[in-house]
Amino acid sequence: MFAFVIRRFAQAIIVMLTVGMIAFSLFNYVGDPINNLVGQDTSQADRVALREQLGLNDPFFVQFGRFVLNAARGDFGISYQQRRPVSDLISERLPATLELSIIAAILALAVGVPMGVYTALRRDGFLSHVFLVISLIGISIPTFLIGILLILLFGVVLRWLPTFGRGDVVDLGWWTTGLLTASGAKALIMPSITLALFNMTLIMRLVRSEMLEVLRTDYIKFARARGLANRAINFGHALKNTMVPVITITGLQLGSIIAFAIITETVFQWPGMGLLFIQAINEVDIPVMSAYLCMIALFFVVINLIVDLLYYAVDPRLRIDSTLVGTHG
Amino acid sequence: MRFRNGILAAFAATVLAFSQGADAKTFKWAFQGDVATMDPHGLFETMTLGFQAAIYEGLVIKNSDMVTVGSLATSWESINPTTWRFHLREGVKFHDGADFTAEDVAFSVDRIRSEGSDLKVIAGMIKEVKIIDDHTVDLITPAPDPILPIQLEIFYIMDKDWAIEHKTTTATNLKGGEEGNYANLHANGTGPFMLKERQPGIKTVLVRNPNWWGSMVGNVTEAVFTPVGQNATRVAALIAGDVDMAYPIPVQDWDRLRSAPGAKPLTGPEARTIFLGFDQVRDELLYSNIKGKNPFKDVRVRRAFAHAIDIEAIKKKVMRDASAPAGLMVAPQINGFSEALNERWAYDIDLAKKLLAEAGYGDGFEVTMDCPNDRYVNDERICQAVVGMLAKVGVKVNLLAQTKSKYFGKVLAQNDYDTSFFLLGWTPSSFDSYNPLSALMACRRDGLGAFNLGGYCNEEFMDLLPKIQSETDQVKRQAMIDRAFQIHKDEVGHIPLHQQPLSWGVRDNVSVSQRPDNVFDLRYAIKN
Repeated sequence: MFAFVIRRFAQAIIVMLTVGMIAFSLFNYVGDPINNLVGQDTSQADRVALREQLGLNDPFFVQFGRFVLNAARGDFGISYQQRRPVSDLISERLPATLELSIIAAILALAVGVPMGVYTALRRDGFLSHVFLVISLIGISIPTFLIGILLILLFGVVLRWLPTFGRGDVVDLGWWTTGLLTASGAKALIMPSITLALFNMTLIMRLVRSEMLEVLRTDYIKFARARGLANRAINFGHALKNTMVPVITITGLQLGSIIAFAIITETVFQWPGMGLLFIQAINEVDIPVMSAYLCMIALFFVVINLIVDLLYYAVDPRLRIDSTLVGTHG
Repeated sequence: MRFRNGILAAFAATVLAFSQGADAKTFKWAFQGDVATMDPHGLFETMTLGFQAAIYEGLVIKNSDMVTVGSLATSWESINPTTWRFHLREGVKFHDGADFTAEDVAFSVDRIRSEGSDLKVIAGMIKEVKIIDDHTVDLITPAPDPILPIQLEIFYIMDKDWAIEHKTTTATNLKGGEEGNYANLHANGTGPFMLKERQPGIKTVLVRNPNWWGSMVGNVTEAVFTPVGQNATRVAALIAGDVDMAYPIPVQDWDRLRSAPGAKPLTGPEARTIFLGFDQVRDELLYSNIKGKNPFKDVRVRRAFAHAIDIEAIKKKVMRDASAPAGLMVAPQINGFSEALNERWAYDIDLAKKLLAEAGYGDGFEVTMDCPNDRYVNDERICQAVVGMLAKVGVKVNLLAQTKSKYFGKVLAQNDYDTSFFLLGWTPSSFDSYNPLSALMACRRDGLGAFNLGGYCNEEFMDLLPKIQSETDQVKRQAMIDRAFQIHKDEVGHIPLHQQPLSWGVRDNVSVSQRPDNVFDLRYAIKN
């Protein structure tokens, strides 16, 4: 077990370094930050001096090495655009993205699981078919379009919800939350639905197919034969066994929700990390881009590691196998 | 709301509490990007400087008719060709209560020379500052500069003591460190508004300065600025009433705004001229199929291109009738404009083909065109239209349209002007013709012609340039400017296309003044 963890840890570090290197080499092709940093009347000599000052003329590995050493200390440099330390920027924006992502994930689970169960239990009911059609829509319409349609309907036509932004937030020191104010809570509704929709439909379909399969297994048949109540069978046994792959998928999807909140944040002007990243791309703000990519890589790596460890802990077969191998040696 | 500057916030809140009631007017507006910094010497960019004009002030300011009038200076005169004497306004206080004196002017000049400053070009216009007394200051220029005062609108004055106290005596620097960063997020000016809250990229809040020396038409007591990047979201916010004003509005949304209740578009020609240019320096074009010679060195080819452009079609189909066709490199609002010179080359395909044949390119040729796709209004579509028009005279254009970071990264000086044929736009920051003459059309030497991407060069033009810069007699100066533009036009140094449209959206209960340089001045915002 211990060796397993150490191995995964080493793999994680290699992944992080590789991501960092790829991200860094890409930045040679994204454009020139200098023109965005100065006005149109700034002289040529000043631009050249600025280039030198930012170290943009150094060879690739020098720049990358400098970056890795600083990143290990948590220092991602100063944002070209905002002229503030990148770590400040990230700590300011991360709560917005995490709050949105977590609420979207909870929403996806809270709606997706019941819908999946219902469509599995009542396979041929009218409502089931309605849910399945909705799920198809959820998967096929791009996030961007869903966001804009929601804004038009609830923001412009009905005027129930704000069209952009996060509303008023309460500052809790290391975290800012919109849940404690009316405008903040209202502002959360549309973006979280937009972000949750794809995963909601994914979970619904997953729960449905898993449950259909579980309901066909022998132990369910025996339970029925024994005369257990339907409720006990469906929820006590079938659903519980369905949840293992669902939790795995949700865990992995959480990482991609956080990473791909970019589009939702752009449409709703949600002040999170995704919007920061898009702005950084437009302005060629290399320190922010590198920091974001490394952070996302870290999220994915950590989530994957936790999921793997959970698997190891939850599934007894994995543990028994290694012991058997040991005794055969 | 987050309150970073506790004292100012408390002060503002108390003042507002007394002035609240019938008079409280909160004005919310949105732009596609954010104000880059609160440091008035941090970035030389129209939008940022225009926003800071609510907080900071300079010696002079432009009123809604774009006429330069006194702001922190009440009057000025030229006591000798290289010295301008400014008489400063008395009784002006900064937001923290400190008095405004000549010392602050001298300090600000030093600050714009500092390493992090992006306004060094203004510093370059001032060789030395002499403090005559608390309310009189002399600005000495390196060479006779008759137009110095009208270029000082964007030179904002900071309080010396405040800067020393908060360790921001040098402008906000990219390398970081503590120096300069205080002014990045905090402000202390003399203007009609004070900075209450600054969350970069999210929201910036201003409140009225109750001790302001001046009077203004506007009635805004609190101003909330939010950047909204997505066009659709910005327009939706305006229609829903979440903001009182939003800009820029895409041209294609004008009809939607006209039909939406409660909002309307506000449009007019911007002082920005969009034009085409050619590489006239290299002996062989970098991106063409003609080897051994450069077609753009032949004036007949350039003239053929000019005659091949159907500007009315571009105006109607691409710009939806919102552009103003131009024959000159400057707009009518710019000092030095001449109506007679603003006439375009006639749209004549046969003449264009004839000229190309005369120049030896009867079979046409290929060339690559560089174009930004997110900098000017409908820039990529204009380029696509130009490609189609040139195809009709036999020139096959390969269009390379990219995002502005990549486009400017390719075509500017630091990448060695790597282009053969390009589209560019320009607003003279000083609203005077000398700016485009020296930056866009002058030969690339001695620090001139920095944005002359094609390298157009004419010696008679260069002789006129320094004379234009130092001539004080307006009539003589205009004649020289006319001559310079005429030379450039005869040689088809560039092909001006049009002035692009300003495109703002406002709620019906709001009235604002739309400046031709796209700057939004809060002093004129009235909310009913």
